[in-house]
Amino acid sequence: VQPVTALKRTPFYDFHRSAGARLVDFAGFEMPVRYTGDVREHQCVRNAVGLFDISHMGEFLVRGDGALAFLDRAVTNDVASLAVGQALYSPLCRADGGIVDDLLVYRAADHFMVVVNASNIAKDFAWLRDQCPPGVELVDRSDEFALLAVQGPRAAEVLRGHVPDAALELGFYRFLIGRGFGADMVISRTGYTGEDGFELYFHPRDAVAVWTGVVEAGAPHGLELVGLGARDTLRLEMGYMLYGNDIDDTTSPLEAGLGWTVKLAKPDFVGRAALVRQKEQGLTRRLVGISLDGRRVPRHDMPLESAGAAVGRVTSGTFSPSLERPIGMAYVESGLAKLGHIVEVRAGETRLPATIVKRPFWTKGSNRGASAS
Amino acid sequence: LGFPDDVRYTAEHEWGRLENGVVTVGITSYATEQLGDIVFVELPDAGKRLEAMKPFGVVEAVKTVSDLYAPLSGEVVDVNATLSDNPALVNQEPFGEGWMIRIRPDRAEDFQKMMSNVDYEKHVEEQHA
Repeated sequence: VQPVTALKRTPFYDFHRSAGARLVDFAGFEMPVRYTGDVREHQCVRNAVGLFDISHMGEFLVRGDGALAFLDRAVTNDVASLAVGQALYSPLCRADGGIVDDLLVYRAADHFMVVVNASNIAKDFAWLRDQCPPGVELVDRSDEFALLAVQGPRAAEVLRGHVPDAALELGFYRFLIGRGFGADMVISRTGYTGEDGFELYFHPRDAVAVWTGVVEAGAPHGLELVGLGARDTLRLEMGYMLYGNDIDDTTSPLEAGLGWTVKLAKPDFVGRAALVRQKEQGLTRRLVGISLDGRRVPRHDMPLESAGAAVGRVTSGTFSPSLERPIGMAYVESGLAKLGHIVEVRAGETRLPATIVKRPFWTKGSNRGASAS
Repeated sequence: LGFPDDVRYTAEHEWGRLENGVVTVGITSYATEQLGDIVFVELPDAGKRLEAMKPFGVVEAVKTVSDLYAPLSGEVVDVNATLSDNPALVNQEPFGEGWMIRIRPDRAEDFQKMMSNVDYEKHVEEQHA
């Protein structure tokens, strides 16, 4: 007998099927990886607007008097500085500085929402629950949220008339709670593409109405459905992290170039002592961007060499549709992590010269507010 | 699914078409759908000797990379040079203009040992289930 774990489905599963999507297992969910083609979907987001189902992501709600202090101590970034209606990207670290997950913290008037990677929902929830003090309520509401991302330079035009006007005026990493496409929703100006865009969180009972509404409103603007394949090429062109590839329990945010999200000035947070020590002692490796000539693509886990010696490993790689060249990210010994330095990616018996370059790779996105995340 | 019946297949999703003693080789529509947009195909030069079921090249898609396996032993007699400028042809016409190499097989009977379209379809369904 082979035990079979049934894959979870998002509330948009039937839409994916009828659109002809290729579905794959992603973090235990049956998700659309591609509808028409990775490159076409990618370009649609860069040039017009695309719709992503990312309902597999996890949502935790945190409330109570100590909620702010609890979250501020749990994550490395500065939750205390958040205004109501503002969101924040942050690593969640172990005591040794390794990354449990990277997540978003939303501050609403009377609670916080924490949005985590699908693959880490159970791990993060257990991790946070162990630190959660009495009086603070922490609940996993992942099954009560559908999540759609509308991303691209024309995203605001798609939403216009279907969400409060104030939502179209939101700055990057700002959100409001209101009515959109006939449903109660969190409307957030966030994304993982480098383009302008919104993420809409709402109850799964409204899934059909919101999906249909967005697709109809988007049609005149050239909106197309976009799968996880293009989501990955879009994020990689921006140098954004993919948990499990670029960062994990064994990498630190300082090594990953996420130092801007680590507020060592905070008096205490989980991982602080280890990260202070790491900073003082100096990093042994750093995550860098690599760019290659030709068309051979660096892939996750390919070794990096310099003068015949192993000096690191590729974490992510793809053929960049926007730049029309192979790009990737890799951990490399700190001494070699210099812009313009050339290393070699080992692809089987072939060695591919790769130049260390600045991230993001793609700098022409419509999201002018985009920082490193 | 429906795969053409004028070619024969391998379990690794290559196809071969026998014409005048030479076998034209490519990858199937099922393979291209699995791979996604193909950006590069690395092929051997004409004259190279191939051994059945050994890698003879590489196909790079945006998301994945995959080895190409020789469906039978023999010598490469022709290579589809247009793929270096236009690898997307493999996605567009996997059984036609997207062909990759032509092999003169060591043993003509090896071709008959490849799968029929009916068997290949069964193989794909089993892999997909």
